[in-house]
Amino acid sequence: MVPIAVLALSSLALALGLLLGYASQRFRVGGNPVVDKIDGLLPQTQCGQCGYPGCRPYAEAIAAGKAEINKCAPGGETTILSLADLLGKDPVPLDESLEEKLPSVAVIDEQLCIGCTLCIQACPVDAILGAAKQMHTVIDSECTGCELCIPPCPVDCIRMDPIPQDITHWKWPFPGSTHSRVGASRAA
Amino acid sequence: MDFPTLGSPHGTRPNRVDRVMLQVIVALIPGVLATTYYFGWGVLVNAALGAGTAVGAEALAMWLRDRPAGPVIGDCSALVTGLLLAICLPPLLPWWLTVLGTAFAIVVVKQLYGGLGYNPFNPAMAGYILLLVSYPVEMTNWLSPIPASGHRLGLDQTLAAIFAGHLPPAPLWDSITGATPLDEMRTRLDLHQMISEIRQSPLWGHFGARGWEWVGNWYLLGGLFLLWRRVITWHIPVSMLGALLLVAGLFWMLDPQTHPFPAFHLFSGGTLLGAFFIATDPVTACTTNKGQLIYGAAIGLLVFIIRTWGGYPDAVAFAVLLMNMAASTIDSYTQPRVFGHTKPRND
Amino acid sequence: MPASLTPSGPTERPRQLWTFHGGLHLPDQKAQSTSRPIGRAAIPPRLVLPLQQHIGSPPEILVAPGERVLKGQLIARPEGYVSAALHAPSSGRVIEVADHPIPHPSGLSAPCIVIETDGRDQWAQLPAALPDFEQREPATLRERVRWAGVVGLGGAAFPSSVKLNPGPKRIHTLVLNGAECEPYISCDDMLMRERPHQVLEGLRVLRHMLGAELCLIGVEDNKPDAVAALDAALNQSGVEGVELVVIPTRYPSGGEKQLIQVLTGVEVPSHGIPAQVGMVCHNVGTAVAVADAVIRGRPLISRIVTLTGPGMVRPQNREVLIGTPADALIAECGGYTGQVSGLILGGPMMGFSLCSDQVPLTKGANCLLATNPESSPDPGPPWACIRCGECATVCPVSLLPQQLYWYARAKDFDRVQDYDLFDCIECGCCAQVCPSQLPLVQYYRFAKTEIWALEEDKRKAEHARQRHEARVSRLERLERQRKARLRKRKEALDGGGGRDAQDPKKAAIEAAVKRVAAKKAAQAGASSGNQAGRRSAAEISDASRDADRTD
Repeated sequence: MVPIAVLALSSLALALGLLLGYASQRFRVGGNPVVDKIDGLLPQTQCGQCGYPGCRPYAEAIAAGKAEINKCAPGGETTILSLADLLGKDPVPLDESLEEKLPSVAVIDEQLCIGCTLCIQACPVDAILGAAKQMHTVIDSECTGCELCIPPCPVDCIRMDPIPQDITHWKWPFPGSTHSRVGASRAA
Repeated sequence: MDFPTLGSPHGTRPNRVDRVMLQVIVALIPGVLATTYYFGWGVLVNAALGAGTAVGAEALAMWLRDRPAGPVIGDCSALVTGLLLAICLPPLLPWWLTVLGTAFAIVVVKQLYGGLGYNPFNPAMAGYILLLVSYPVEMTNWLSPIPASGHRLGLDQTLAAIFAGHLPPAPLWDSITGATPLDEMRTRLDLHQMISEIRQSPLWGHFGARGWEWVGNWYLLGGLFLLWRRVITWHIPVSMLGALLLVAGLFWMLDPQTHPFPAFHLFSGGTLLGAFFIATDPVTACTTNKGQLIYGAAIGLLVFIIRTWGGYPDAVAFAVLLMNMAASTIDSYTQPRVFGHTKPRND
Repeated sequence: MPASLTPSGPTERPRQLWTFHGGLHLPDQKAQSTSRPIGRAAIPPRLVLPLQQHIGSPPEILVAPGERVLKGQLIARPEGYVSAALHAPSSGRVIEVADHPIPHPSGLSAPCIVIETDGRDQWAQLPAALPDFEQREPATLRERVRWAGVVGLGGAAFPSSVKLNPGPKRIHTLVLNGAECEPYISCDDMLMRERPHQVLEGLRVLRHMLGAELCLIGVEDNKPDAVAALDAALNQSGVEGVELVVIPTRYPSGGEKQLIQVLTGVEVPSHGIPAQVGMVCHNVGTAVAVADAVIRGRPLISRIVTLTGPGMVRPQNREVLIGTPADALIAECGGYTGQVSGLILGGPMMGFSLCSDQVPLTKGANCLLATNPESSPDPGPPWACIRCGECATVCPVSLLPQQLYWYARAKDFDRVQDYDLFDCIECGCCAQVCPSQLPLVQYYRFAKTEIWALEEDKRKAEHARQRHEARVSRLERLERQRKARLRKRKEALDGGGGRDAQDPKKAAIEAAVKRVAAKKAAQAGASSGNQAGRRSAAEISDASRDADRTD
C-alpha cells in the first residue's frame, strides 16, 4: 500500500511540476508590467527627492520591494494612496524627511545669467531653452518644479516662483468638519 | 458689504435625525402602554432602565473615543435602541441583565463599529440575542397577561422583583409566569399535538394567545403613524408581513393540524414590532427600494422557518440579524437605472 | 414613448406629460418679487466686465486703457470655437484691464475690463437689423448670434451660437425653457408676462436656425400669468407649430434633461447633449437675446435680474446692464434689511454664497438672494449618515447619493465615478432631505474638481515623462556618437594634436565668472552678501566644452 501511495504522490508532483514549468515558459510576460503601472502613477517630475535618479528607477525599486511607497514628495498623499491601492499595501504617511511643496516653476534672472548651459544639462525634461553664451530661459509650461537646475548654476540666478492660484485651477474644498464654510471669506 | 459664506442648499431643512428618532419613540408609546396594561409595571421599569443605560453607555463610549458626546446623545438614536430592546425583554427580568444587554448593544454592536450609521448589525436585536443565548431561563420566563392570570403586581413588588430578585411567593409566581404563546405552541407541536387540541386551552383567544394578540395591534398603529409621517416607507413592512403570511398560509393550507393559522404568526411574538420598528432600522437595512422588498421578504421567510423548525421559539431577532449580513450585497445587486443609461449598474 | 410630432394649433392643449424620478415640492417664494413690474436699473458710474462670463475660452481683448467706447461696441472678440464676445454696455472710457473680484465661489479675482461711464449712453454703429431672418441662411444668423455674445441666460452661460450648430443630426424639436423651477427666482416669469411677443420672436428665429418642426414652451403651473400672456401672444401672432405646455411644479423640472423628459418622455443619454436625440433647449431669456441680436442687431449687454429674499428691502426684478456692481444695484433698489446674513448668487438650491457684494453682475447672474438667519440658518456640524435612502428617493437622475457621499468622503475617486458622479446635476435635492444635514453637494463638487485636477496632473506627468524619455534617448545617442568620434580620433591620433586651443575658452569663462562675481558683489553692497561662483573655473570649462560638443 505504502509504495503505491508514494508512487502516486510522486507522479502527481512530477506531473504538476512539469505543468508549472511549461506554464512559466508559455505564459512568460516580457518586462515587468507592474513597473509600468507604478511609473504611470508617479508625477514624472524626475526630481530625485526619493533618492532614485528619476521616476522610473523609483518605480523599479518599489516593484522590487527595495523602496517604500511614501518617498515621492511631489506626488504627495494622492500618489501614496494610489500606489497603496495598486500594490495592496497599507498607505503610510509621507516620509518625514520630505515635505510637500507648493507647485512652482523655475525662473531665470536674465540679468545674471552667463549662458553656461549647466542648468540646461541638469533639467530632466529639457524645459530650459538656450545655448552656450546665449540667454537661457525656462519654458513655464514644461517646468515640473523639480529644482534640479538650482544647484548647478554658478551664478545662482534661478529662483522658484509658486504658481499662483487662479479661477481655472481652483478646486472646491473638502467639506470635512468646517463643512458649511466654503470658498473665501474676506478677512480685511 | 462682506458676508459669511455657507454651502448650498441655502434654506431650512426640516428633516433631522433627532426628529426622526423622536417620532419613532412617539410611535412606540401606544404599544408600550398596551404592554404595560397587559403585563404590569415591569415593562415601564425596563424601559426606563434600558433608556437610561443606553444613554449612559453611549456617553461612556464617546468619552472613551475622545469625541464630544453632546451631538451624539442629542440624535436620540441610543434612546430608541434602549427602548426597543427593553420592550422585547420579559417584564420581570433582573435589572443587571437589562443593563448588560443594553450596554452590549450600544458599546460593542454600535460604537465599536463607529457609532450611528456604521454598525452592520441591529444593536437592539444583537443585545437581545446575547441575553437569550446566555440566559435562556430568565429570558423565557414571561408573565401571563393580567386579564388571563387575574393578578396584577404592584409597582413595589415589580421593583423588588427586578432589582432585588425578590420574587413573589410560590403559588402566585407559578400562576403569573409562564411561556410565551410561541413557546407554548412550539412545545406542544413538538409533542405532536394537533392544532385543534392545542387551541382548546383557555390560553388562546381568537387568533393568538389571549391578551398577547392585542398588543400587536398597538404596535401596528404606531407603525402606521410612522408610515404617514414618512419616517419609514412601506417596502419593508409590507414585504416582510406579506412573505410571512404567504408562506405560513401555504403551509397551513397543506396541513392545518401541524401549522397554526397565519394570523397567529402575525399577532404573536415580535412580528408587528419587528416589521415596523426593527426591520426598518435604516442603518442596517437595505437602502434601495427593490433591495428593501427582497430584504423584508427574506426576513419574513426566515421568521417562519426558524419558528417552525428552528431551535428558538421567536425568530424575529435572528431573522433580522441574518439579513443584516446580506443587506449590502442585496443593495449592490438592486441598484436603480441611472437617467440616460440603458442598463442598471451591476456591481 | 414620445407623443406624435405633428404640429398642433397655437392654443394650449392637454398634452401627454411624463415625469422624472424624485424631485421635491419646494415653497415657491416668488410672490415677493413678482408684485412689481420689471424696473430699469440706472447706469452705474463704473462697469466691471469680467472677460470670462461663459463656458469656454476667454475672448481676445480689443481695447486699451484710455480708449473711448460706445454702447454696444465690441470690446473683446471670441477666441476659438467655444467662446463668446463682450460688448460695452454703455458709452464711456476704458479705465483699465486688470484683475477684479468676480462672482465666483472661490472669491478670487479674474481679468476684467473696467469702463467709466459718461452717462450719455450713446450707441455705437450696429450691424444691420435682419427682420427678414426667415430668408437668411442659418449660418449667417449664427454668426450674428456669435458676434452678439449671446450665452445661455438660464445660468449655465454656454455660448449660444455653438449650441445652435448641432452638427449632422437633424433637429426636430425646439424646447423653450420657461420652467424656472428654483424658489425665489422670477426673472423668466416676469419676462414672459411682460414681453411675450419678444419670446415668440426669439422662438421663430431659433426655429428657423435649427429647422425644427415642433416647438414646445414648457412653463410650470405656478406661473398662471405668464401662461396667460404667452397664450394670448400665441393666439395674436398666429404662429403655427408651437405648443405652450403647462407642466406640474416640481423642482428641478427646469433642468434641461428633466424638462425634455417631462415634455417628450425622451431621456438624453448620459454624458450626451439633447441634440443627440434631435432636440435643442434654450432658456426664454436667451431666446429674447437671440431675437434682439438678429432682428434688431443688438448685442447682449443687459439682462433681467431678480433681487429677492428676506434680507432685501424691496424684492423686485430689474433690467440691469452687464457689469453693474451688485452693491450699487442693491443700494439702488432699497438696500438690505437689518437682519441680512448672507448674499447668494442664484437660487437657494444651486446658487453659491458671495463673500462680498462688491462684485459685478455677469451674463449668467439670474438672481441675488439676500438671506437672514431664519430663512437660511447655519446647519452646524452634520450627523453621521444613517443610510436612510431619502437622498436616492429624491434624486432626479436616479443616482445613489449615499454611495457617492461615502466614496467622495473616502477620496476614492475611481469608485465614485463607478457610481456615475459626473451624471450628477448638483440640484441639491439630496442635501435638502438629508436628516443628518450632510452637505452632500459639496462632497460631489469636491470630488468632481479633484478628479479633473488629477486628470490634468496625469496629462502633465505623461507629457513630462515623454520629454524625459526623449532627452534620455537623445543623450544616449550623442554619447554613442561621441564614443564613435573618440575611437576615430584615437585611430588617427598618431600625429600631434593641439591642446592649446582650449585655453582661450578657459580664459573667456574665467573672465565671465569674474564679471558676474563683480556684479553680485555690487548688489551685495546694498543687501546682505550672496555667494557667487561656487564652481571652479576648471569645472565650468570642462562642462562647457562638453556642451559645445554635444550640441
